[in-house]
Order: sequence, then structure tokens, then C-alpha cells
Amino acid sequence: MKQGRIVLNQQARRVTALADGKLLLDNGNPLADSPQWLAPASGTVYGVALNHRSLLEQLEADFQQPPYQKAPATPVLFIKPRNTHAGHGSAIALPTQAGKVFAGGALGVVLGKVASKVAVEQALEVVAGYTVVNEISLEETSFYRPAVKAKCRDGFCPMGPWQVDAAAIDPLNVEIRSYLNGELAETHHSRDWLRSVPQLIAALSQFMTLQPGDVIIPATPLRQLEIRPGDTVAVEIAGIGRLENRLIAEESAQ
Amino acid sequence: MKHARIRLPGEADIHAVLVNDDHSVQLADGRRVAEEAVEWLPPAEGTVFALGLNYADHAAELAFKAPTEPLVFLKSPATLTGHRQVSVRPDNIIYMHYECELVVIIGKTAKNVSREQAMDYVAGYSVCNDYAVRDYLENYYRPNLRVKNRDTLTPIGPWWVDRDDVANPASLTLRTWVNGELRQQGNTRDMVFDIPYLIAYLSSFMTLSPGDMIATGTPEGLADVLPGDELIVEVEGVGRLVNHIVSEAQYADRQAQTV
Repeated sequence: MKQGRIVLNQQARRVTALADGKLLLDNGNPLADSPQWLAPASGTVYGVALNHRSLLEQLEADFQQPPYQKAPATPVLFIKPRNTHAGHGSAIALPTQAGKVFAGGALGVVLGKVASKVAVEQALEVVAGYTVVNEISLEETSFYRPAVKAKCRDGFCPMGPWQVDAAAIDPLNVEIRSYLNGELAETHHSRDWLRSVPQLIAALSQFMTLQPGDVIIPATPLRQLEIRPGDTVAVEIAGIGRLENRLIAEESAQ
Repeated sequence: MKHARIRLPGEADIHAVLVNDDHSVQLADGRRVAEEAVEWLPPAEGTVFALGLNYADHAAELAFKAPTEPLVFLKSPATLTGHRQVSVRPDNIIYMHYECELVVIIGKTAKNVSREQAMDYVAGYSVCNDYAVRDYLENYYRPNLRVKNRDTLTPIGPWWVDRDDVANPASLTLRTWVNGELRQQGNTRDMVFDIPYLIAYLSSFMTLSPGDMIATGTPEGLADVLPGDELIVEVEGVGRLVNHIVSEAQYADRQAQTV
């Protein structure tokens, strides 16, 4: 089943997609207009950095030098706070004076159960479903300090439109395609992730209790897809959906 | 006035309450309940920011130069707990320390706010103990979540006090007691980046919302804490936050009893 969240008369409401593509509101009524989408989940969003081999291989030599000294031993985590969460179709404001901005096509793993100290073997039992995420970030020249300024800008974590049931997706075999202005610009695959979704759920839940509605972004690829005001960026995962957003200049958003 | 969020024993509802001078809480239906008879929750709900190395003396203590730009990291609700709750020291570690901090509670939506206007966006102040497990430090997004975002390791509260009840937030004594012994003492005047600066800085690249919290860093005076220890962190004129350190096994027992 595909479920999303929309705003209707200033209220968050659930919608379901029927097989023919029509939308059904949570009260059973059909929805005719194209809605204003929200992110399908509303919990804490945890991202995993440096989990894509392309990125790790490129930085391998740097990681032996100061300030890092050695390669990371545990998942490198960050939080995308609530001001970053946005829906399908939202216009995202990019700063024009802060350097390059990159798209980050990614899977979103949505939790359905409270998860504490979950074993790898049981990890997928706590997943409710999957969504599509664009983990937008400024260019990162260092991974030493938390990347709050790069990753926590308003609207820098659009998600959706759909959350599909866990059974519909194999998280060990996911291809993520990113499109810039309608053209395929980047493809990456879960087989290139250092740690898998079950391994990440086990690692995170070792020290933090995860809640239903929390989202894990298992990996974002090497930052190559630069985005600029005026562009349209889309991220697509077969079986989940296509997340599309317009980019505008921050000045025009105010 | 002092504002808190609490639960009554055996009930699921969360109550927003006012706190009386004797630290009893006043429910909306008129009931008055003693401090010891309620479960204190984190006093606000929002994005939690924390500052690293924001007191020059503490930076020197850790052999760091004070940063030239605020060192900000984020916390998630997973790590937060309330007054009179427990914090878990992981097994098989060498060093876990407390950090007494003044917390700023945001009261109004803030974007591109100037230093001069910043205090208009403050609802009030609270106190937190921003524990860290130094064994888990790695040099990636340092301080990383395994150090700073563990279950139960960020007690915050007991309440928040209105901004106008604190005459000068830039001159407040911070103190930490371990088992009754004063172990950490400092003053908010020694912050590297003060409250108006932090609000202006954060709001220059993201929107702050009511309920967001900024834990403003800690002065020098760190020490290891062990299961059985009682920790009290206090910010003058704001509040006194009590918690106890337990082992993983003790915590598991407590969890089993409450189910």
C-alpha cells in the first residue's frame, strides 16, 4: 500500500493511492485536486554519512591524516531537523552566497515499531515502510565537525510523496535515480553501501531508542549533482515513487 | 513563572503545568501535586541544539583553542529525559562526564534575526546536563551521536522559567555537585558566543521555531561519574536538575518493572 500525507484546510491528513493512481483521503472520499504534500513521516530523521563506497574510496587517504587520523569505526550520523523536512512538490530555497549545493538522492527507511538494541537478524521487523528522500547539502570540504550549516537549512530534506509497505521493497537491492531538469543525472545502488539497512538499524538502536515515524537515510552518494535556482530535481526509486522539487533562490523566497 | 511538562504515575497523558514556589505542580484542573509525586519530562519539544567548546576555560581544559565559529551539534528526542530521572553509564567504558548548561528556549519563529533583536525570540531558560561518553569520540562530525545522543544522557529541566524572570542571562553561576560535593563552577559571562550571537548565527541559515532549545555549552571542571552517583546541575535563578547514574543492568531492571 502507498500512503502519503497532505495538507488540507490547514490540517495534516493521510491519503492512499489506489491502483489506478487515484487518491483516497483518510475519510474514504476521493481527492480530485493535486494536493500539497507533506513528508510521509514526522519523526526524527537520522542520516548516515560516508556509507557510500564511492565517497569512502575517494577520501581514504585523507582519513589517515589530521584531523581524522583513522577511518571511521562506526556509522557517521547526522540529524536532519524538523525545519528541513518538506514534501513532494515543495519549492526549496537555495542560498546563493554559500557555495555549491548538491542533491542527495536517497532511500528513506521509516520505522514502525519502537526499536532498542535490535539484532541485525530482526532489524527489518521494525521497518514500517520506505520512502524517497533528497538529502540536500552544501558542499562538504571537511567531515570533522557536525555539518549543521551544510545540511540543516530549511527545506533541505524533502521526502515522499509515498511511504510504501516494507514488504514491497528489498532494502538490499535498491536503485536510486536522480534527475536534473528531467534528464537522468545520477544512479546509485544499495550494493555500494558499506553497511546495509539491517546493519544500520542494529547499530543505531544499540545506543538510541528509535520510534515509529523515525526515518533513517542509509546513504547518500558522492556529491556530484549540483543544483541551482531554477532547476527541477527529482529522485526516483522503482516501487516507491518519484519525489520532485523545484529550486528557487533564497532571496526570492523571503 | 516556571513551566513544566509532567506525567502522573500510571497515566499516559502529558500535562503542561505551572510550578509553584515549593516545586509542586499546578494542573489545569486545579490539582496540586508534590515534586516527588510526578514524572518530570523535558520541559519543551523542538529541535535541540548544543554547543561544544563554548567556554574558553573548558576549551583549554580539553586542550582546544576556542572555536572561531560556534561548534553546533544536534540532539534528538531519543536522548532527552527529565528531572529526577536516571542516566545510563554504558558498561566497559573509561570516562563519562557531566556538563552543566544553561538552555535557551525559543518562543517565536526566528529567521535572519539580528543580534540586537535576538532576545525578543527567547521564551525562557532551562537547565541541562549534557553528558558525554568520551570513549566513543571519533573525528567525524565530532562530537558524534554515540557520544552525545545516547538514550537518557541528556536530562533537561526541571522546568523553564520566563525570560523576564531572569534579569541578566549573561551573568549566571553554573554549578555541578556529585554526591553533594561541588565539582564544577562557572559563569555564563564566560561564554565564547553569547545567547544573542547564537540565535543570530543559527537563524542566519535555518528557521528556529517555538520549543527549540539551545544548550549553550559548559565551563571547566569535568570528572568521571559512576553508577550510584547523584548529579545536581544548577543554573542560578533558573533551576536545579537532579539525576542519578545507573548501570546498564540497573536500567534494564527498571525498564522491566515499568512494563
